Amino acid sequence: MSRTIQSRQLTLHGVQLDISEHGQGRPILVLHGEDGPCPQAPFFSLLANQGRVILPTHPGFGQAPDTADIDTVDDLAYLYLDLLDEYELRDAAVIGCSLGGWIAAEMAVKSTARLSRLILVTPLGIKVGDRETRDIPDIFALPPEEVVRLQYHDPTQGAADYTSLSDDELLVIARNREATALYAWEPYFHNPKLRQRLHRVAIPTLLIWGASDRFVTPGYYGTAYRDAIPGAQLAVIDRAGHWPHVEQPEVFVERVGAFLAST
Amino acid sequence: MRAWHFSENAYHLLPDAKEYDSIRVPLPNRYYDPKLGADLYHRFIDEWLIAEELGLDIMLNEHHQTATNLNPAGPIVMGILARETKTARLLILGNPIANRREPVRVAEEMAMVDVYSRGRLEVGFVRGVPYEMSAGNHRPTRMMERFWEAYDLILKAWTSHDGPFNWEGKYFHHRQVNIWPRPYQQPHPPVWITALSPGSAQAVGERGTVVACFLTGFDGSKRVFDAYRTRRAELGLPPAGLDRFAYAALVYTGETDEEGYAGARKLMWYVEANKVPFQFTSPPGYHPPPAMAGAMKGPASGVFKMFQNPKLESFMEHGLVFAGNPDSVYRQIIKFYEHVGGFGQILLMGQAGFLDHQETVKGMQLFAREVYPRLKELHPAAAA
Repeated sequence: MSRTIQSRQLTLHGVQLDISEHGQGRPILVLHGEDGPCPQAPFFSLLANQGRVILPTHPGFGQAPDTADIDTVDDLAYLYLDLLDEYELRDAAVIGCSLGGWIAAEMAVKSTARLSRLILVTPLGIKVGDRETRDIPDIFALPPEEVVRLQYHDPTQGAADYTSLSDDELLVIARNREATALYAWEPYFHNPKLRQRLHRVAIPTLLIWGASDRFVTPGYYGTAYRDAIPGAQLAVIDRAGHWPHVEQPEVFVERVGAFLAST
Repeated sequence: MRAWHFSENAYHLLPDAKEYDSIRVPLPNRYYDPKLGADLYHRFIDEWLIAEELGLDIMLNEHHQTATNLNPAGPIVMGILARETKTARLLILGNPIANRREPVRVAEEMAMVDVYSRGRLEVGFVRGVPYEMSAGNHRPTRMMERFWEAYDLILKAWTSHDGPFNWEGKYFHHRQVNIWPRPYQQPHPPVWITALSPGSAQAVGERGTVVACFLTGFDGSKRVFDAYRTRRAELGLPPAGLDRFAYAALVYTGETDEEGYAGARKLMWYVEANKVPFQFTSPPGYHPPPAMAGAMKGPASGVFKMFQNPKLESFMEHGLVFAGNPDSVYRQIIKFYEHVGGFGQILLMGQAGFLDHQETVKGMQLFAREVYPRLKELHPAAAA
């Protein structure tokens, strides 16, 4: 079993894609959230015990180049369907978190031909309340420390002291924020049509939420998402917020493993 | 040189700044008293009319969700001025076209004011300040792409006279563009574009419109003007006249230096009161990533550091404020003129905050009578 992270670059229909891979076996496509890809994070190597983890960097995030023609979540969903085709994957699982969960859901309503499991981790992407309900707090209008407070069970885990980071690290954060705005500014972190299309997801689907997610709560946003996908289950992890794979990596990977192994 | 009287139409009657987090975007409008606001609107229009009497031209701008500027619809006040004035040139700098959803509507508004004024309008286009991304829900990424598409669409709308044309661009879609009225000036009103960085100045230089800098000081302005000139030379385009270069500063002319400085200190309200938190000064994608990374580390460096703790002496030293007696103001402007390789348009931010009507008018009068005649000689062609 390969124990090292492999980095590669692919060009898919003119779009350059940076990909990290780890592990062997059943393909697991991981779609990162607004915080960018974190191939060094504990959950990533734990997940590599479950199969061949494929982690692309969305164009514009981290150090990945951006592409003029890629500027919507819809574009990303097609890009990763193309990636599944390019790799000729079968029975792949897709795990997406937050923004990545939105992308994964958009993929699944388009085609599940190469997929057998969908795991949505605190996914965004649907409109739940009425027009005057701000379902998702406006991260672009809140102080950064308030966003951390909403998104973490233990805010000290997410607090970034910008003055202690290197220029390269700050540049990555700046690019991640810019790419997030590109994909999610308006409509804000959702596609008004997605909820009515989620009935099309015809593969077993697990939603994972941190019990302490105050950004989008499991009781409001999570249950609405679950109810829109036929047969979907919602698993809530204690002592975790919006990024349960970061705050509780062992429990998170255990839940994922059990779901992947289920028949 | 041509001089323009510029007022932000601020609403300065706010509680102590300790009571609010931001003067822009989320400041509740319960702090705005419409009766006092009406008085201010009429006062500022009166001051523009006095500017015309003094031989100055008129400039106004547009901002949104802010107490620093109560012109969220610049074309409306420009419509009033087009009717109330007779001779002054009228500059709106500008229309935030990366943030206006309908560039064709902007083309219509500007054509209408140009006709009202019988051809006295000058049309500025601006990207819009970072604080206005939230105010208008406009995506701050790839803004200049949207800006230039809007610019192209507006110019085509102004200059097409043979019935509808089609526009299916990346950002704007129209199948039947055919504006009525068309502009009074042919082929269209003079165009100004604001640029604060060399990169954007290059793009403006390619198009040859007027380029305007705001409070960029000696070195920032020189970088912008140099980039404009260099880009034209690179492309083999004819050199631009001095009337293509504009600079906006806080300006107060007194009878004595002391009176000039006192007026300028009141103008400084505009920068002192600009209390805005990080998330609104630095929306994602508005600044290039390296500049964003720098901003995340804390107070900015260079000329922008001054805005953290604004001091008149420092603003004057760096060329953001011209103030003093008429000779002093003249000398300061000449020094700036020589440093940046010449410029032909000066935008006089001559009203802000607690500078009252009498004080505002006195500063304008002294400038118009004692300083402006000498400046006109610098570039007679632009000050016809």
